[in-house]
Amino acid sequence: MNAPILKLFGLVLVLFAALVGMTSYNSVINAEEYRDNALNKRPQIEQAQIKRGVIRARDGSLLARSVKDEDGLYQRRYSARARRFSHVLGYDYALGIGRAGLERERNAALVGEKDEVTSIVDDLSGERRVGDNVVTNLDPRAQQVALNALDGRRGSVVALEPATGKVRVMASTPGFDPNALRRPANYSRLSQAPNSPLFNRATQAGYAPGSTMKVVTAAAALDSGEFTPQSTVSGKSPIIVSGVPLKNFSDRQFGAIPLTTALTNSVNTVWAQVAQRLGRNRMAQYMERFGFGSDPPMDYPDAQMFASGVYDLRRNALIPASSRRVDIGRVAIGQERLRVTPLQMAMVAATVANGGVRMAPHITSRIVDTDGRVVERIEPKASERVMSAESAGQLTQMMSDVVREGTGTAAALEGIEVAGKTGTAELNIARRINQPWFVGFAPRSAPKVAIAVTLENVIGGQGGVVAAPIAKQVMQELLR
Amino acid sequence: MNARNRELFALIPASLLLTAGFAAVFIQRENLLNDLSLTYGAIFLALCLAAHLVLRMTLPDADPYLFPLVAVLACFGLVMLYRLDEELAREQAQWFVVGLIFFTVTIVALRRDHRVLERYRYVIALGGILLLLLPRLGNPVNGAYLSFDAGPISFQPAELAKIAIVIFLASYLRDTRQVLVIGARRFAGITFPPLKHLGPLLAVWGTAMLLLFVIQDLGSSLMFFGGFLALVYVATNRISFVLIGLGLFALGARALYAIRPTIESRVEAWLDPFDPDLFQREVGGSYQVAQSIFSQADGGFFGQGFGQAIIQLGDNPAILPAAHTDFIYAVITDELGLLGAVAVLLVYLLIVERGFKTAMLATDSFSKLLATGLTAVLALQVFVIVGGVTKLIPLTGVTLPFISYGGSSIVANFILLALLLLVSDRARREAAHP
Repeated sequence: MNAPILKLFGLVLVLFAALVGMTSYNSVINAEEYRDNALNKRPQIEQAQIKRGVIRARDGSLLARSVKDEDGLYQRRYSARARRFSHVLGYDYALGIGRAGLERERNAALVGEKDEVTSIVDDLSGERRVGDNVVTNLDPRAQQVALNALDGRRGSVVALEPATGKVRVMASTPGFDPNALRRPANYSRLSQAPNSPLFNRATQAGYAPGSTMKVVTAAAALDSGEFTPQSTVSGKSPIIVSGVPLKNFSDRQFGAIPLTTALTNSVNTVWAQVAQRLGRNRMAQYMERFGFGSDPPMDYPDAQMFASGVYDLRRNALIPASSRRVDIGRVAIGQERLRVTPLQMAMVAATVANGGVRMAPHITSRIVDTDGRVVERIEPKASERVMSAESAGQLTQMMSDVVREGTGTAAALEGIEVAGKTGTAELNIARRINQPWFVGFAPRSAPKVAIAVTLENVIGGQGGVVAAPIAKQVMQELLR
Repeated sequence: MNARNRELFALIPASLLLTAGFAAVFIQRENLLNDLSLTYGAIFLALCLAAHLVLRMTLPDADPYLFPLVAVLACFGLVMLYRLDEELAREQAQWFVVGLIFFTVTIVALRRDHRVLERYRYVIALGGILLLLLPRLGNPVNGAYLSFDAGPISFQPAELAKIAIVIFLASYLRDTRQVLVIGARRFAGITFPPLKHLGPLLAVWGTAMLLLFVIQDLGSSLMFFGGFLALVYVATNRISFVLIGLGLFALGARALYAIRPTIESRVEAWLDPFDPDLFQREVGGSYQVAQSIFSQADGGFFGQGFGQAIIQLGDNPAILPAAHTDFIYAVITDELGLLGAVAVLLVYLLIVERGFKTAMLATDSFSKLLATGLTAVLALQVFVIVGGVTKLIPLTGVTLPFISYGGSSIVANFILLALLLLVSDRARREAAHP
């Protein structure tokens, strides 16, 4: 009977080899995939056992910190001040509703994720893992000014530092209390609320830009060499664009006027003709240089950013501006199916202010370890030269005229020259529902701040009347 | 060096392992080394020495490695339980004492000649079957009748019944193996056992099936039936008999699969544990298997270290359920990594090797079959639970011998060890002095 016993032992060896194989597969070979499985909450639990770093505003004030709960896990607590920054900051409730905003984007730093070698050394030396702290560029006072000026209306204000791309203000109203989201019930209630308080209008909302788009059209006109600020174009109204009559605001008539005048008075028919003469390809080229067509290169989750551009509204998909299906004459004046975010328009203003070079916007200033050593400093990064410095200078001159004597006078600051452009997208002409805009920058000669302001569905509201004063207040605070 | 001295030396690493293990858990927990770890080590060493003395006096020639190997597993299990819950470890330690008493009683009672068991084979078989039916009096747990509550003690009779069935089969097959082979007929390329001797074997199959239907415990049935097939194979050396048996078991299991929702959901959970619907199902879903695999994925090659596995948060429901019983292997993989898990499997494999070696050395058929059956059942039990936990096969709850928490399991497996040592003692003595 010994031969079958030996064979039986052989079978046991095979079965145990299968066990070893399966254990290897689970624990080593396929472990990474299992760790990433959506049902697997272990990585989040592990991270909740780490003291998550704090998030601070530019002035050092505390926005988010972590406290240990009775289960030994760290829970996020947001300061009263954080409420101003609810959207840009986001939240970290990884074991509940998840993560959003900067909390999500900077998660690796906040939980102190290190490279393999460092973490092995830390393990061996018994070093307890702690998260690094994040210091932002956000300015609590200017943010509060923006929120006060928005005054409970739905809208957004974005202010950037043109030379660096630092995000100084990113307001979206209505906001929410990030502490309330600790309870998932509150989250589901807010996510279904009619005025979408969880939605970051600064980065996620696609609005009709109205005449602020003429800044992009003017940049294309000047930088392509086809036009100068003094080139004259007929401003008669209406004209036929793509087979449909296009009128000026209040059907106002102009003769042959230089582009400068056409921007100061926001003459639709002139800019539509300019774009038609430049052609759809050139317009598309400059839009792309300004960052249209892709998510802004900002340190913020892609899932919470909207790419500005012309949209097929039924399929909710981008159409290239060079497409034959696009009425480029109307795109040039911010009509058609053009949808832009306040962040995108702030980037347009900042690019002009920065001599034609577009900088990548960034919320984070630096990542600092618990001992105060800087782990990573977010350096200014140029995304692209959109236009020559000369074109940018000419455009700045034209935009200063807008604020000095045109539609944007309400944004003018005492003793500081402001450049800008207003916009009023007429969403429902019969009911006079408008989307007012202002984009601009100051001081004109050495810009320190570029801004975009917009509000949703204002009855009869004009950009120069409603949005420009808000921009003025925020710029004033930032230039103090 | 004689066998018992070798055993004594082999026990030293087991005690060191235990002490080191407790020390590691302590350091992890308190950041300081408490002398309690040494106390645990000392108590365990004392128990081992007591058992060793029993063996020295009663079975001087028995295999010297079996007991130390089991001691390694037992102390390892104790450390794991201590890490999970101090109270469980204390209770388990008490069960070790009870187990060692049964171990001693078995050895003392049978030390003259364990073959007296043959005389009572029908009583033992009947007893085994009655034991299995006991839980029918109680309430099912997770759809299976696994345990019987006698006062404060919950008792899982399947653990003891497996030994009873092996004893019966070893004895029965010793009688009939010759006729089974000689009377065999070839038909359609397959060798069939003679019909008139097939009856009792079919009866065994029927019993296994009946048990499967009555207690609805696929894991134990698989163990019994696997042990049965292993014995038939070793007794007759006919692989065709095994294939026929497997076919019959598959038929029965298929029938059960169709009518019992418990088993169907186990198979579903095995095929796709990460299906969100199955994962969230309150009863009979795949949550446990999925968590077991996630837990192993945390382990990696070297493991996270004692006390690092995520098992429970506060008073919330456990993240890894049944960590001290069915899923202890997942905790081992999580905390000690692939390396630790394979080391545990290796110890089992060494025990199996010693068991089969004992069977090969034994001179009489009953002893050979008994040692083979006991060893095969032990190996199968490890395979069934580790296979289930690692998703190699559908999960069916049996204990991981000597490691999982559970009194019945400890007692039964110590009796199993006692029987193996009894066979070994006689076989080695006869081999040494023919």
